[in-house]
Amino acid sequence: MIDKLDYQATFDCVQCGYCLPVCPTYIAFKNEKHSPRGRINLVKLVAEEKLEIADMEEGIDLCLGCRACETICPTNVRYGDILMSAVEVIKENKDMTLKEKGIRTGAFKLALKNKRVIRMMNKGLYFYQKSGLSKTVSKSGLLKPLPKYNDLNKAMPDVILSERITNNINPFRKKDIQVGFFQGCIMDAFFKRINDLAVKIMEKHDVQVTNIKKQTCCGALQHHAGEHDMTVVQAMKNIEAYEKYDFDYIVNTIGGCGATLREYPKLFEEGSVWHGRAVKFTEKVRDISEIMSMLHLEMTEPVNMNAVYQPSCHLEHVQQVFKDPMNMINNVPGLKYIDMQDKSLCCGSAGVYNIVHFDESMQILDLKMRNVKTARPTLIITSNPGCHIQMQLGLEREGMSDEVLVKHLVEVVAEACNIS
Amino acid sequence: MKEDIRNKLQNVLEDRVFHKTEDCISYGYDGSFGQHIPDFVVQVQSTEEVQSVVRIANEFNMPITPRGASTSLSGGPLPVEKGIIMDFSQWDHYLEIFPEDLLIKASPGVITGDIHKLADEHNLMYAPDPSSSSICTIGGNLAENAGGPRGVKYGVTKDYVLGLEVVTAQGEVIQTGGNTVKNVTGYDLTKLIVGSEGTLGVITEATLRLIPKPLATKTAMILFDDLYTAGKSISTILTSGVRPSKMEILDNNALNRVEDYAKLDLPREASAILLVEVDGDPTILDKELQTIKEALLQIGVDKVDIAENKEDEDKLWQVRKLVSPAIVESGYTKISEDVTLPLSKIPDMFKKIDEIKQKHDLNIVVFGHAGDGNLHPTLNTNMRDQNEVERVEDAVEEIFSYAVQLGGTLSGEHGIGTMKRAFMTKELGESGVQFQKAIKTALDPNNLLNPGKIFPIAGEERLVLRNE
Repeated sequence: MIDKLDYQATFDCVQCGYCLPVCPTYIAFKNEKHSPRGRINLVKLVAEEKLEIADMEEGIDLCLGCRACETICPTNVRYGDILMSAVEVIKENKDMTLKEKGIRTGAFKLALKNKRVIRMMNKGLYFYQKSGLSKTVSKSGLLKPLPKYNDLNKAMPDVILSERITNNINPFRKKDIQVGFFQGCIMDAFFKRINDLAVKIMEKHDVQVTNIKKQTCCGALQHHAGEHDMTVVQAMKNIEAYEKYDFDYIVNTIGGCGATLREYPKLFEEGSVWHGRAVKFTEKVRDISEIMSMLHLEMTEPVNMNAVYQPSCHLEHVQQVFKDPMNMINNVPGLKYIDMQDKSLCCGSAGVYNIVHFDESMQILDLKMRNVKTARPTLIITSNPGCHIQMQLGLEREGMSDEVLVKHLVEVVAEACNIS
Repeated sequence: MKEDIRNKLQNVLEDRVFHKTEDCISYGYDGSFGQHIPDFVVQVQSTEEVQSVVRIANEFNMPITPRGASTSLSGGPLPVEKGIIMDFSQWDHYLEIFPEDLLIKASPGVITGDIHKLADEHNLMYAPDPSSSSICTIGGNLAENAGGPRGVKYGVTKDYVLGLEVVTAQGEVIQTGGNTVKNVTGYDLTKLIVGSEGTLGVITEATLRLIPKPLATKTAMILFDDLYTAGKSISTILTSGVRPSKMEILDNNALNRVEDYAKLDLPREASAILLVEVDGDPTILDKELQTIKEALLQIGVDKVDIAENKEDEDKLWQVRKLVSPAIVESGYTKISEDVTLPLSKIPDMFKKIDEIKQKHDLNIVVFGHAGDGNLHPTLNTNMRDQNEVERVEDAVEEIFSYAVQLGGTLSGEHGIGTMKRAFMTKELGESGVQFQKAIKTALDPNNLLNPGKIFPIAGEERLVLRNE
């Protein structure tokens, strides 16, 4: 057990408790077992075989993996590594419940790996919404057996029909910055519009954007579910695909995927060839906000709204991108920024957490919505599709969806740049 | 029997009772060493609930250990004899300020940082500032009599407590002190309870004193070529007529570790650096630092760097803040001590620690609150190396002994808990320990409140860090 769990890393924790006030699950569930300090201790005791694996299961299962604890930690504990080692050990030792099995196998083995399936999903969603069926479903209560998913249905974004990836290289235009675009799968299925706008913003400001065919899912959801081997395969495919080009940066619009891309080296043994390739790949990964900050954006159109920013946890705590999105927000003409209390606290979306642990996720979302209500914005700016859907869901639950909009940072900037 | 106790506790607290191992085990550690498993964890939220739990504990002769955020570095909240952990962290709803009386009243689970914020909003200050104030609870601060960097000018927790509500070991409620600075009605039980580490009664509410908030601060960094002068300069500054609000020292090891970690262009060759902050009316701060500069020149210290603006000041304090992260090596555990000495003995202690470091081949850095003699020798230890752990135990013991020999004390602000109880007799003498024990026995004859703390256990003569 000592070898399987990241026992070494648990010794970095001095149990000072700095992580407690930033941990959404500790705040919501009020039990030290649901704090980073508590979880690290459980993992350590399981590694020492003083506790059974089952004893850490609930604590680990209900962790959002937001990693806010890593940013605050004064001794740099590698919490993410400890968590992932525990997830993998639990997964090995437990048959997943049927419910989870349905959701996970469906999502991971088939959909996320296969771009064609994702496009089909996208198509299905598109027609589902276009046909008005989604409204019928929402109104008629067809989803009655699972009424709790009703709001989630309402929170789903309008879908644009995704096209086959096109190669945007234009040999006649020489651009300053060459970037490879990483589109992500959930993003591409549900929020293709945002990806399109991101590309347009970059192209308008003299960035050469290339969208390559051989990219695949970043592997985040598989990784979070403890599917280590599947994650490694995805990572290798992506590294191979992008290293064929001489890009300055590899750009994405998704806080969560970007974080996984930046942690690829952790999947490989240090000193190995693949580790080296992963490091090279990762050095180029940037969030769209970092690229936009480099450019002199022509933001001429005022966006007259009162906005709060709900940062993606993984954009902040894993990618350590804090300033660039704020720079962008502060420079949008007409936009009034409101500093929402505890803005960096996770919204409870966290990959598939809001599906697998719906009730707990809603407890965490309620904490977030309390702060949204106090801030009274007309716009919530996000940087990740999961957070986007979750915030929309929060507004539906609070009956605020008519007064408040949810937009990705890219949409706001595009509006200011008069790009549509 | 356990079933009976559980039912009774649940009758009072409903779902705020934990009994499963996987829940209880997370209430069996703190920031020091050792893992214990309480039988129950109860999350109390009112004085009546505390009383009920104490009565149930009496009925079944079960120990009670109060616990705040469990940031303790001395083992205070560890349930060493199992029993009930009384968790106060969720009782944080009552916090009221009376600006005209310069008072704050708080329930025990209120986070110290929230008290700072509320006072600040009214242009007032709650002075005690333990470095964990963003997480620790006021109840824990009171139980351990917490200090902090501002101690040199403003004192420690006990200097800001006017009154307490306390549940006794029998489950009765008493009030100590009141709402006024002056109060000589009866024994000063407030000061007896503060720092008693939860062994004499359970604190359920505190009335705290506030002072006017200083208008501004200014900071200087002073470099030293030798440790002896560094030590001497502390008294020189404090007798210059200026009263600094903070005086923090870092030895050469600490300094170099921060530089390795953060690359701040610090002078690696300096034997020590001293950060001195003055506070008050902005118009006199420059003059005060000038006075300090001149006094230091008299003893040959001329490397004084004064921060010109807020940004530079923050940069200087960053050096101190980075000590903790900088000294933690991956996979090693940080053991922080807090011996406190008469100011003139600080250079001797620095010298001794250097000897101990060589002798036991250990990784020790020293930093701390120089102005009140409170040092934090910190040992980076590989807790999986049995031999190294034993050497650390020896080293810590030698540091403690030397502190007592120099007329200092085992603990300035962390408390005795389990960590230092073996050395109590060394500092207090046999009759001193007996006198304290007599108080404990009189107030808690059945030894139900936080047993196993402060007093030496028969046969225990040394520090043991190994966790069985």
